[in-house]
Amino acid sequence: MAKTQKSNSSGIENLVRVGFFLAVRQVKRSNIWTNVLIVSIMTLTFLNLVIVSGILVGLIEGAVTAVKSHYLGDIFISNLKNKSYIEQSSQIIKAAQNLPSVEAVAARYIETGKVESDYKENKKRVTDLDESVGTSIVGIDPKAEDIVTGLSGLVIEGDYLEENDYDRVLVGAMLLKKYLDFDSPTFPVLQKVEIGDKIQVTIGENVREVIVKGITRSKVDEIDRRIFFVDKQLRGLIGRNDYNVDEIVLRLAPKTDPISVKNALIGNGFDQFARIQTQEDAEPKFIKDMKQTFALLGNIISSIGLVVAAITIFIVIFVNAITRRKFIGILKGIGIHPKAIEMAYVFQSVFYALMGTAIGTFLVFGVIKPYLDKNPINFPFSDGILVATASGTAIRIAVLLIATFIAGLIPARMVVKQNTLDSILGR
Amino acid sequence: MIKVKGLVKKYKSGTLELAVLKGLDLEVKKGEFLSITGRSGSGKSTLLYQLGLLDEPNAGEIIINDQDISKLDSTERSRFRLNELGYIFQDYALVPELTAFENVFVPLLMQGLEKKDAENQAVNAMQKVGLSEKLKNLPSQLSGGEQQRVSIARAIGHNPKILFADEPTANLDSETAETVLKTFLDLHREGQTIVMVTHEPEYAALTDRIVLLLDGTIGSDKRNH
Repeated sequence: MAKTQKSNSSGIENLVRVGFFLAVRQVKRSNIWTNVLIVSIMTLTFLNLVIVSGILVGLIEGAVTAVKSHYLGDIFISNLKNKSYIEQSSQIIKAAQNLPSVEAVAARYIETGKVESDYKENKKRVTDLDESVGTSIVGIDPKAEDIVTGLSGLVIEGDYLEENDYDRVLVGAMLLKKYLDFDSPTFPVLQKVEIGDKIQVTIGENVREVIVKGITRSKVDEIDRRIFFVDKQLRGLIGRNDYNVDEIVLRLAPKTDPISVKNALIGNGFDQFARIQTQEDAEPKFIKDMKQTFALLGNIISSIGLVVAAITIFIVIFVNAITRRKFIGILKGIGIHPKAIEMAYVFQSVFYALMGTAIGTFLVFGVIKPYLDKNPINFPFSDGILVATASGTAIRIAVLLIATFIAGLIPARMVVKQNTLDSILGR
Repeated sequence: MIKVKGLVKKYKSGTLELAVLKGLDLEVKKGEFLSITGRSGSGKSTLLYQLGLLDEPNAGEIIINDQDISKLDSTERSRFRLNELGYIFQDYALVPELTAFENVFVPLLMQGLEKKDAENQAVNAMQKVGLSEKLKNLPSQLSGGEQQRVSIARAIGHNPKILFADEPTANLDSETAETVLKTFLDLHREGQTIVMVTHEPEYAALTDRIVLLLDGTIGSDKRNH
């Protein structure tokens, strides 16, 4: 019979062919539960690699998202340092509304003030510290604010403000004892305030008795320590008849580059009257620092996870190879190239890693991430989500496969390099 | 076909050095069926390991087909084993996760043959040893005699120039052992050169020539008629 030589017996193509053939048979004919166990270990290792760092980053990302969604918007415009409000506010608002990529605009009046509960009782007391809290008093257009920051969704008790509400306010949860269950001189709170109670708001010389219509909570301190009035009333209270506001927040159309909008506003010369920042620019420094810290922590933990994965694969392949030492010797004895045998073990380890990452990727993107997006983890300062990007995960898979390749090759080489006859005879 | 000159093999055990083969000379002609006999520890298997390139001698020359194999590096030895030699182990030495067919097929694949050709050759070898019905059986699903015949099929699948067999009947009952011996005799009739280690005089008597090893040297070298 005419035989055809496909390739040089020790050529790379042939080594791969034989290595793959042996690997497939070894995996196929291994104990099913052994395979299940190894794949489970690889899946858990992969999850450890992606989820632990993803949750760590997601923890702070949740806080960043909350600040963006409920406070800063996509573009945050505030007063210049030497001004107490944004001059030319109306023109800025009008210009922003005319930009095609701007979906919504909300303007806020802000004044510092004092809020008191049980103030009639307080008059009789020697000290009224416990029932008097300094805070920011904010005037909003309820509709516009809701479109931009979803404030109505943050009302946890009572009702949201309506356009014609007068002497009715929303109170941030962090101003209330029932929602901030610790005593701190930094965060003074009102002791007993319920929906429908009257509280007294003092802004400069103006004192108003108002009814608590709702309580808001957002895990954004700036929001949770504010008192919200309807803008018309607050404007009157603070005498801001020129309609100049203190904060303007823009919500942009999806996929809009906020820098382009910021540049458009600066191009109109509005930076002479206001500080125009993207959400990223306006993020408080501690959040930026925490983002970097948590990303670093995530990378450290991922690196540890990677080392654990490599060691796991090393042990699995080493145990596998050492228990098959005799048969490795036999394969060498009948002329199978040592490199083909090494490749068989590398293919096995890569197969286990691929199975683990495939199942892990499905669990991350098909189950865990969608679940956490819908049901964020209730951390004290943020709604933690899982940050797992396709590119970041792809990099982790690649790194895991490289680590697996090396971790599979080293033990296989250690065993394959042993003397053929000693391996066969078990010496 | 095989020329051995002054072959020495020593093993170290701690500070002790034990010479198993002590300057052995031997010649095997093409197509010859040679049996190597001797008591335990006489160096039968050690000689076969050296001839079969599974081990390296401390001194001496082994020339197979005019090629001095003692000068080959490990890769060349491996390739030589693959292409020129067939080896049958006492305990069959089949790879447990490969079927009978796959055990025979792998060395052919390693030779670089096209898959179809390798398959045909493996099937032919299995037919030759009378196991064409057991191609898909794993070694654990075969009897000792069948496993040894698969081992023979693996050794002859690539038409080796020399077949080495290390006590191939030692683990078999007499009836099965005779079947295996018959296979060797059939192969020999087809012109196969065979070197077999055995401690069974009646099986040695079936071969062309009996070499008796005594303490690492050749005690006698008789030709059967």
